[in-house]
Amino acid sequence: MNGREGCALVTGASGGIGSAIASALGGDGWPVGVNFCGGEKAASETVKRIEDRGGRALAVRADITVPEESEQLFATLEEHFGRVLVLVNNAGVRSDDLAVSLSDSDWGSVIDTNLTAAFRTTRRALRGMIRERFGRVINIASVVGPRANAGQANYAASKAGLIGMTRTVAVEVARRGVTVNAIAPGLIETDMTADLDGGLMEAVPARRAGRPEEVAACASFLASEQAGYVTGSTLYVDGGLGA
Amino acid sequence: MSTAVTQEQIEQVVIESLQTFGADPEEIRPDVTFEALDIDSLDLAELSQIVHEQFGVELKGSDVAEIKTVDDAVRLIASRA
Repeated sequence: MNGREGCALVTGASGGIGSAIASALGGDGWPVGVNFCGGEKAASETVKRIEDRGGRALAVRADITVPEESEQLFATLEEHFGRVLVLVNNAGVRSDDLAVSLSDSDWGSVIDTNLTAAFRTTRRALRGMIRERFGRVINIASVVGPRANAGQANYAASKAGLIGMTRTVAVEVARRGVTVNAIAPGLIETDMTADLDGGLMEAVPARRAGRPEEVAACASFLASEQAGYVTGSTLYVDGGLGA
Repeated sequence: MSTAVTQEQIEQVVIESLQTFGADPEEIRPDVTFEALDIDSLDLAELSQIVHEQFGVELKGSDVAEIKTVDDAVRLIASRA
């Protein structure tokens, strides 16, 4: 159990990776805010899984691309569990097309969710973390961004942006005991990757997709006290795809 | 300035905050600069947040860039409280 007075927030925690991270942090002793936008059932199941193991969790609906809903999400968690001391910016969407035909709306919606909303939650959470002299921001980026993947110019831009934001914010707040890191998953078995071309597997040196729990274990480490000197880093969890 | 907040109250909050940020209590005087107290931009951002919580005063980044001394900060906050 951690001895901090505060909680963890995982955005987009109804998806495969988010749900696994929420469960892992719940197991580490953090009360967990399980944010969802559409997947209420999956979020409730995640809460139940945490509670069944003796943890505390709360499912909170919020579309984090809407500033007021993002603020309300924090207010709700502060009321129930105290300050958000671990923020996992996991909410992400993809809307693929070749750049030559990628629409403005598909560009904008992916940047809004994956990058702009993550900046907003980070800014909000940092206030409490700076006052607490402790905080962990973990941005779920992607191996796509640092590495090319045709058809994902919007997604790649958003994830590369997250990594750039991670490094800069890390430097700004390091002296307050707040760390900011990114995790770059490769091909992970989730609903979001179910329709991806099977040929991609050939490019993965490990010759298999990763499991959400393998990403969650890294988040659990980055959120821990022991990871206090790790900041501004990007941890690749990709079976060697980006190597 | 509203009747609810006095300059003394603001001064007290500012001084307490500076001490929390690690400034030497013996060195905190109205005319001393933040630079001399080793108070940096992140400290001032945190002070803005405390001031907002306690007095409802909004200080922007551009405001904070203008204030150089403890007295500058107290006067600016008092003018908006």
